Amino acid sequence: MNALDQYIELYTGNAATVDSNSSGILNDARPQALELLKELGRLPEKGDEGYEKISVNDMFSPDYGVNIARVNIPVDLADVFHCGVTTASTWLGAVANDKFVPTQSLMRNLPEGVTVMSLAKAAEEKPELVGKYYNRVASAGRGGATLALNTLFAQDGVFIHVSCGVKASKAMQIVNLLASPVPMMVVRRVLVVAEEDSEISILLCDHSRGEVGCLVSQVVEVYAGRGSRVNICDMEESSEATSRMSQLFAEQHEGAELKISGMTLLNGTTRNEFYIGHKGDRAVTRLDGMAIGNGRQHIDNFSALEHRGDHGHSNQLFKYVLDGHASGAFEGCITVDNGARFNEAYQSNRNILASCDARMHAKPQLLIYNDDVKCSHGATTGQLDQNALFYMRQRGIPLTEARMMLMQAFMMDVIENVGIEGLSERLRHLVEKRFRGEDMMCAECSARHGV
Amino acid sequence: MGNEIIDDVAREGDDYKYGFVTDIDTDIIPVGLSEDVVRLISAKKQEPEWLLEFRLKAFRYWQTLEMPRWAHLNIPEIDFQAISYYAAPRTRSKSKTADEVDPELLETFDKLGIPLAERNQLAGMAVDAVMDSVSVKTTHREKLASMGVIFCSISEAVKDYPDLVKKYLGSVVSYRDNFFAALNSAVFSDGSFVYIPKGVRCPMELSTYFRINAMGTGQFERTLIVADDDAYVSYLEGCTAPMRDENQLHAAIVEIVAEDRAEVKYSTVQNWYAGDRDGRGGVYNFVTKRGLCRGVKSKLSWTQVETGSAITWKYPSCILAGDGSVGEFYSVAVTRNRQQADTGTKMIHVGSDTRSTIVSKGISAGYSENSYRGLVKVAPNARGCRNYTQCDSLLLGSHCGAHTFPYIDVMNDTAIVEHEATTSKISEEQLFYCNQRGIPTEEAVGLIVNGYAKEVMNKLPMEFAVEAQRLLSVTLEGSVG
Amino acid sequence: MKKDILLEISGLKAELADSGKEILHGVDLVVRPGEVHAIMGPNGSGKSTLSATLAGDPRLTVTAGSAMLHGVNLLDLAPEDRSHEGLFLSFQYPVEIPGVSMVNFMRAALNAKRKYFGEEPLSASEFLKLMRRKREIVELDNKLASRSVNEGFSGGEKKRNEIFQMAVLEPRLAILDETDSGLDIDALRVVAGGVNKLRTPDNAAIVITHYQRLLDYIKPDFVHVLYKGRIVRSGGPELALELEEKGYDWIKDEIDSKTEVAI
Repeated sequence: MNALDQYIELYTGNAATVDSNSSGILNDARPQALELLKELGRLPEKGDEGYEKISVNDMFSPDYGVNIARVNIPVDLADVFHCGVTTASTWLGAVANDKFVPTQSLMRNLPEGVTVMSLAKAAEEKPELVGKYYNRVASAGRGGATLALNTLFAQDGVFIHVSCGVKASKAMQIVNLLASPVPMMVVRRVLVVAEEDSEISILLCDHSRGEVGCLVSQVVEVYAGRGSRVNICDMEESSEATSRMSQLFAEQHEGAELKISGMTLLNGTTRNEFYIGHKGDRAVTRLDGMAIGNGRQHIDNFSALEHRGDHGHSNQLFKYVLDGHASGAFEGCITVDNGARFNEAYQSNRNILASCDARMHAKPQLLIYNDDVKCSHGATTGQLDQNALFYMRQRGIPLTEARMMLMQAFMMDVIENVGIEGLSERLRHLVEKRFRGEDMMCAECSARHGV
Repeated sequence: MGNEIIDDVAREGDDYKYGFVTDIDTDIIPVGLSEDVVRLISAKKQEPEWLLEFRLKAFRYWQTLEMPRWAHLNIPEIDFQAISYYAAPRTRSKSKTADEVDPELLETFDKLGIPLAERNQLAGMAVDAVMDSVSVKTTHREKLASMGVIFCSISEAVKDYPDLVKKYLGSVVSYRDNFFAALNSAVFSDGSFVYIPKGVRCPMELSTYFRINAMGTGQFERTLIVADDDAYVSYLEGCTAPMRDENQLHAAIVEIVAEDRAEVKYSTVQNWYAGDRDGRGGVYNFVTKRGLCRGVKSKLSWTQVETGSAITWKYPSCILAGDGSVGEFYSVAVTRNRQQADTGTKMIHVGSDTRSTIVSKGISAGYSENSYRGLVKVAPNARGCRNYTQCDSLLLGSHCGAHTFPYIDVMNDTAIVEHEATTSKISEEQLFYCNQRGIPTEEAVGLIVNGYAKEVMNKLPMEFAVEAQRLLSVTLEGSVG
Repeated sequence: MKKDILLEISGLKAELADSGKEILHGVDLVVRPGEVHAIMGPNGSGKSTLSATLAGDPRLTVTAGSAMLHGVNLLDLAPEDRSHEGLFLSFQYPVEIPGVSMVNFMRAALNAKRKYFGEEPLSASEFLKLMRRKREIVELDNKLASRSVNEGFSGGEKKRNEIFQMAVLEPRLAILDETDSGLDIDALRVVAGGVNKLRTPDNAAIVITHYQRLLDYIKPDFVHVLYKGRIVRSGGPELALELEEKGYDWIKDEIDSKTEVAI
């Protein structure tokens, strides 16, 4: 069954409604997206190049509602404060389904030169700024039909802008809450613009509560200007009923440093795509991924990193621990262009299969067109260190506890690479709870926020 | 520093010493491919009905297929109707005893370093010499036969050992396997057949030498090697072709079966004509090689040194079905000028406690594209499997590409699968060190590359190792130093 | 249960789990409270196998015999329960566990033991206090305690860390497997000093070593020679000195010739 047809049909029948509940710049991008979708005719399916173990078509196949009329679906914002990773040191904002909800604390405390607002509203108030970047960074990547579908329906999202030379002192946290009485597709768009020599850290958290199956279609665009430092941690802690299709596109200009962590703590079916391109010399990228799966979860990460400048540096680390019947896939591609000299690119994928029914598929790739490079990739799939297990048991630590400690330890470097103050500590705590099978919503935070 | 020199020398050299043509009367059938052509080939080879049926089934299936495009290769349109599918040097006598082979052919193989005449034959090695579509001569047959070892052309095997051929032909590589396997199954001409009976260690190296000579033809050989329980054989394959501006197609199938505790070592030095420096001419090498380790504790080891061909598409694979079986793949692939190679292996772990090792060394120079593509798969019921893959690429010059495409599928939690890959250019430090000791850059590059490839070269049988090392040096002399 | 026996090994046979090769061909040994036993022997005689078997290393399979620790058959227990019952193995090659801090590791170990005996876990401050006190016994640097288990430790630091863990867990029976290997003389003195400080009339130690050197610092009451998977000779401390002087060859010759005669 071709899932795309129902969405094209939905859009063409309701184009006016979609447009009237959004704003000009977002609307302007739709016709071209529609054209592309008609031309491509389908969403990626299992077995397509880059989609060895997942069918985007199947993810979009269920009959999801799309809230094109922007009907207000009540979401308990108190859940924002339940977020297990909330730390005192962030500015907190929320997105309820796909609607940006400014919080008082966020609006009051933002320093000069840092903008965080509804994307639709920004498109109206700052059309030249939003117009300059919206759907531009993404279009340069290989987003294909998935991106076009998001563009076709995106009506709102978050716009984050940091002016030249401004260094945001605290991390920005956007908590995405997913709650709907009926199965719904949530179309979310995040645009991050870091101007020259600016600095910003962003924490995106996906939470969904409840049993209703929802689909998140997320597109994050990141423009990292010359000399900027951008740090993004995108964390999913949803439910087994949730499907998530996320694409992150980033372009890095001269000397820009970009750090991205994709954390899948709890999910149903997830596909994360990372498209990162170096546009200038001396760009530095750190891309990490953590995936913890059990039950029947599927976690699929795809990364495409292109070195187009001289003296670029990139380092990727993706780690999976798969238990139960969980399955994981990692496909990563590093390209060094012919004209890109003196680049270093490294990629590592380490996986642990913790049960006999867990499955892992890995496909790391190198495409090197310049000889002045240092590149390597490695992928291993195995078990917990048997020697370490015996050593721990000899000291009296029971087997299950020892296994848990080792799994947690396995994730430690990914957790420590997250460069957001205070977050590593919280993540360590969450990962421990996750492996213990405890509810991750953190009591401490709710207590502190008096909820 | 060394860069310009490397670039310079990378552009040089068309010194392919096997590029001559033998002027011999050849029986060539008209170009084109149809059921009639398949029937004609089968008739020329006086084949039994079952084999004709096999060919026709394959041909009909082939007609439903399209050429695969997934490899990292730029393959020009191939007109399969513009190729002649059968070419045989006309020999004066049907019998193939000793010196009754056409002196012209003897001279040709002498020139290729493969003496066929009784008095000059290589002592430790039995050779099956194949020119275009037919086997010219197989040496040392009687000696091998005394031990029960069968080594002959596959055409003869069809006549003399129909039951064995029938049992194993297509059992590892089905004609439905892929486009080129279907094509080969329809039109295959000659190739070698090897059967090592239970408990026999083949006393000498077995070798087949493939030579394309005729113009406008392709070569579609088929090799079948069966090692029965506790048998051992080491088999070598070599190949060359004349220098021509046209592209010639080579689509072969190699099938290997290893029964309980049997061990097969298969080595290739692939030196088909690679085309000139601008990419004119050269052989398109589309080969399906696969071994089935059916028996417990059986072992199959592939070693390949790939220096020739304009385009190489080749993945010698192991299906590790027997418990405790072992698969190995050692490869050196050198590309230069406009050559393209997409090569690697598949290790399919089906049995428990199976082990595989992959060592791949890619060297790209000039404007060439060199890709490693490999699959490691561990089936759900295969317990305690182990794979280690090391895959290195070396870039010489700034216009070539080196790519790595591993596919890793693990479906059992007791498996340990490791893949490591590196890509880098030749170390400036090493070059400088050699220079400082007075070794010129060209020579230093040769030294370093040979050192880099040593791990694989060491896996070749002695007789071949020297030749392969020389070939690597010559290839790089032409290309880098 | 014999009242004054701490450990009684009888007829213990063990083989490698993967190859089925028998390494221990029937070992007998009795250790009483307060004693120190040294087990010596040439390379490959099965010394480390014996300690690993007692600790329950899954790579070894016991095929016969028993090993009673104060009346409890160790062989019936999981490795962690053997630990709780008071068996401590100081590893010849302590395992590095990246990402697991020493503090978490020791807290997990100690609290698991307390739980086994129905006690409440230690509070954070009690635990830290305990760690500090025990650290002094082996002069273990505070910095090491905050690092991952054994990761990046020098050979000497690893061995000190083993004795530190022993101090925390207070075992009834400690087996020191080649604790002297890879130690310089100063480290050896510190490690041996730690072991001596931990001696009480109620506990006991088995010291596995190649050389007499360690026994200058940890004085054994009994010395046993393990050869080809059996204890072939037992004696007092003087046996160690004799071995130091004459090497193992004379024992090997004696045993091997006996075996030949028997065949």
